[in-house]
Amino acid sequence: MSRLIVAGTPPPSLFMRVVKAVVLTLCCALVIVPFVGVISTSLATQEQVIRSGGFVLIPDGVSWAAYKSVFAGGVVTRAVLVSILITVVGTAISLACTAMLAYSLSRPGSLAHTPLLMVVLMSLLFTPGIIPSYLMVKQMGLLNSYWALIIPTAVSGFNTIVMRAFFMGLPTELLESARIDGASEAQTLLRVVLPLSKAVMAVIGLFYAVGYWNAFFNAMLYINDTEKWPLQLVLRTYVVNNAVLGADQLGGSETLPPQQSIQMAILVIALVPILLVYPFLQRHFAKGVLTGAVKG
Amino acid sequence: MLLILALPGIAILALFEYTPLLGNVIAFKDYQPYLGIADSPWVGLRNFLVIFSGDPQFLNALRNTLIITVLQVVFVFPAPIALALLLNSLLSERIKRIVQSILYLPHFLSWVIVVAIFQQVLGGSGLINSWLRANGHSTFDIIGSADWFRELLTAQVMWKETGWATIIFLAALSQIDIALYEAASVDGASRWRQLWHVTLPGLRSVIVLLFILRLGDVLTVGFEQIILQQGAVGLRASEVLDTYVYNNGIINGQWGVSAAVGLVKGLVGVALVLAANKVAHLFGERGVYSK
Repeated sequence: MSRLIVAGTPPPSLFMRVVKAVVLTLCCALVIVPFVGVISTSLATQEQVIRSGGFVLIPDGVSWAAYKSVFAGGVVTRAVLVSILITVVGTAISLACTAMLAYSLSRPGSLAHTPLLMVVLMSLLFTPGIIPSYLMVKQMGLLNSYWALIIPTAVSGFNTIVMRAFFMGLPTELLESARIDGASEAQTLLRVVLPLSKAVMAVIGLFYAVGYWNAFFNAMLYINDTEKWPLQLVLRTYVVNNAVLGADQLGGSETLPPQQSIQMAILVIALVPILLVYPFLQRHFAKGVLTGAVKG
Repeated sequence: MLLILALPGIAILALFEYTPLLGNVIAFKDYQPYLGIADSPWVGLRNFLVIFSGDPQFLNALRNTLIITVLQVVFVFPAPIALALLLNSLLSERIKRIVQSILYLPHFLSWVIVVAIFQQVLGGSGLINSWLRANGHSTFDIIGSADWFRELLTAQVMWKETGWATIIFLAALSQIDIALYEAASVDGASRWRQLWHVTLPGLRSVIVLLFILRLGDVLTVGFEQIILQQGAVGLRASEVLDTYVYNNGIINGQWGVSAAVGLVKGLVGVALVLAANKVAHLFGERGVYSK
């Protein structure tokens, strides 16, 4: 497998191997150390956060105070619920629309097949400007509505193409036999195609879910009401912009843990879902990216 | 029947990808929100004057955009190529996979999280400055500094995307015929000569392709990333074309001018891709699409 085992070429020198090891260790540390620091600070005790000047790399003890105050029912709790709602509803809508579109595009020769495929492919080439998109959402009366965070980004041309490529790889005999048994197209999709496509549905679903969970700019653009803020906007206001997060915002206890611990707890909450699905994403995304590149 | 299944998806694309293109007509209008797009008066090319009359705000945004683009092409673009070559030269598949899992991760984080993490590490009370202070050194204030803003942006993009961007290069590397290495080896080529004469030529098409696509984005530099940090840094160092469109249009209500700038920016991007593709064809590469 490895490219290095080529007959006649001497193995890399010890010096080169040391250089490589150092460079790669450094790269990995650059990614890992900040994560460890964020998690440690969110769990560190008050004394240690103050003593260290704010950022803790290795906690002395574990304190859940920051998480308790964040989940006491204030701004952050609500934002987490909003983000979960948008992610769940959005992903369901996206998957349904994408699967139906991809399935209808996976059957060459059907009515208006080529123009529809062009509509999807062309959408990959440009992004509509900020101003016209904003005016569109405004004109449809979606400003300040959760729908503004879901509908405009519900269908991704790229995901549609990846899913279509997968559907086209399914054995045609199965679709034929479903038709002979009198199944409509919708029934074929639901009963035959989808059960065979669980893996690709899971991958594309996660792709969408990560997008909804991470979306920040649309919320900033379309949502004025702070009550409706998703987690990423709360993160921006209270962590990136350092707005004071007091008992008024958090609700609950009078003695708050240090601001920095609370901030890091919010950051960890935004990170955890991504970290949980990451092993799965990483295995399948790489394949997905290449499928799109080859067959798109 | 199949048409009905396609309908919801096509409707969403039509409404939110294609119809907004028509909304670009406000670039030629004096758009008044209470009149709506159709009834706002036409003003010809007046909105485009800002681009050609040397408006200092616009020029500042254009200058920042170009400087940031140059920094990113010089530093961000080659980084994944180097990293992919390094990963590809590892003897152990297992170590390679572990390193990949770690380095792909930042790609999946939102810009809000990435910016917050950078603040925690490099900020005034962050990891590095706390350590410097505790050891009696002077602090190193990058976050919120107008002077270091472009370098900070570049570092953030590298941190977030370098690992993930290696995927496409690693795929291209795995396509190179091993017989070429064997032949080179028989001819007595060292590892470095094999890298130069076999590996890099094998990557050339992919590098050209990605470079062309990057050219299309010359005027697009990390909008979310910049808007998140603009408050602390100030417009002089941080305003780029996309933030100019946002700040002037959505925030200050100069809809027409903003739409005009956005439109020209989009057209320049398409023109650059087409031109670069032409040049790639002249050099015998496939480019983004074939003739």
